[in-house]
Amino acid sequence: MAKVQRLISIVLRLAAAAAAAAAAIIMVTSHETTSFFGLEMEAKYSYTPSFIFFVVAFAVACVYSLLVVLVRPGSTASRLVLMSDVIIGMVLTGAVAATGALSEVGKNGNTHAGWLPICVQVHEYCNRVMGALIAGFVALVVYFLIIMYSLHELAEPLCSCHY
Amino acid sequence: MLTRTASWTSHSSMDLEHGSKKHSAAPTAATSTSTILQLRDRFIALQPIVLRASAILATTVAAAVMGLNTQSYTAVVAIIGTKPLMQTFTAKFSDTPAFVYFVTANAIAGAYNLVVLLMRRLILQRRTPSLVVHMLDMVIMVMLATGAATAASMAYLGKNGNLHTRWNPICDKFGSFCSRGGIALVSSFIGVALMLALNLLSAAANASRPNVVGQ
Repeated sequence: MAKVQRLISIVLRLAAAAAAAAAAIIMVTSHETTSFFGLEMEAKYSYTPSFIFFVVAFAVACVYSLLVVLVRPGSTASRLVLMSDVIIGMVLTGAVAATGALSEVGKNGNTHAGWLPICVQVHEYCNRVMGALIAGFVALVVYFLIIMYSLHELAEPLCSCHY
Repeated sequence: MLTRTASWTSHSSMDLEHGSKKHSAAPTAATSTSTILQLRDRFIALQPIVLRASAILATTVAAAVMGLNTQSYTAVVAIIGTKPLMQTFTAKFSDTPAFVYFVTANAIAGAYNLVVLLMRRLILQRRTPSLVVHMLDMVIMVMLATGAATAASMAYLGKNGNLHTRWNPICDKFGSFCSRGGIALVSSFIGVALMLALNLLSAAANASRPNVVGQ
């Protein structure tokens, strides 16, 4: 039973690492240059702080997931791992939300602030960012599953720690 | 951290048994320790109520400040002959979908916390409703976090603009709109931290519940 639980936990964490790596890599490789009425327009992820935060957060989550596979279940380190799982889940949520807000402005613009949409000019860049966001959502769902599973796994020891 | 908080709630019930044993040995010391224990028990029992009330306050303040956030100024746009043409520029929270989501999320969180606080006696009797409330707590906390993150990225964009996409910052023209939005954002972040603390308390309470009920 413990072996099955450990196997499920490892599989979930590897899936989360893969999805997080995919999100970070897709966002990093989004780069497009176009000329617009003679003006050279370049779109890169590093021009927007929200996208930089997205890449850093998902890269850290990927490395963290791979490192946590090495932790023995049932030790005190596994409770610490549960706490940092929750923290990393919240950070990823913030990253996905911020990136989503910025890409909405890039797609639709904002007439009140006088911001023009850019997706018409750099269409491929916008598709890449959308792909990165989808991968980010998948990674977030897998992280949610990991947290729920770890809570379910650890709940029994928590109950028996009295008396 | 979870085990320590869980041991608090069981320690209080265990101390009620030990307190009666100490009473026969040293009466004066026992009364002072028992009042201290009573105060500590009351402090522990009040923690969720105080946390929920503060979360209600923080989220409603954030929703209200951002919802009533509006600023307008008039400027001369053109001069026709000798008559200047004035136009009014207005900034409201509903100009950006991010701020609309922010206000909605904070309003929902404040209403939910108010309902849970008022119906606390009914909910926390049995195990299933308290687990449902714990799950809903987590959902609402994550919703608040996404609203705060979205509004923060939009506020950063409004303050600094983006050179590469030729989006100009708007905070130099609408200064008090930006500062009021900043206050609402900070209040919402405080609300998220309070709800996280509430979540941890609920997790500890739900985990130790079978032992407490069995006594």
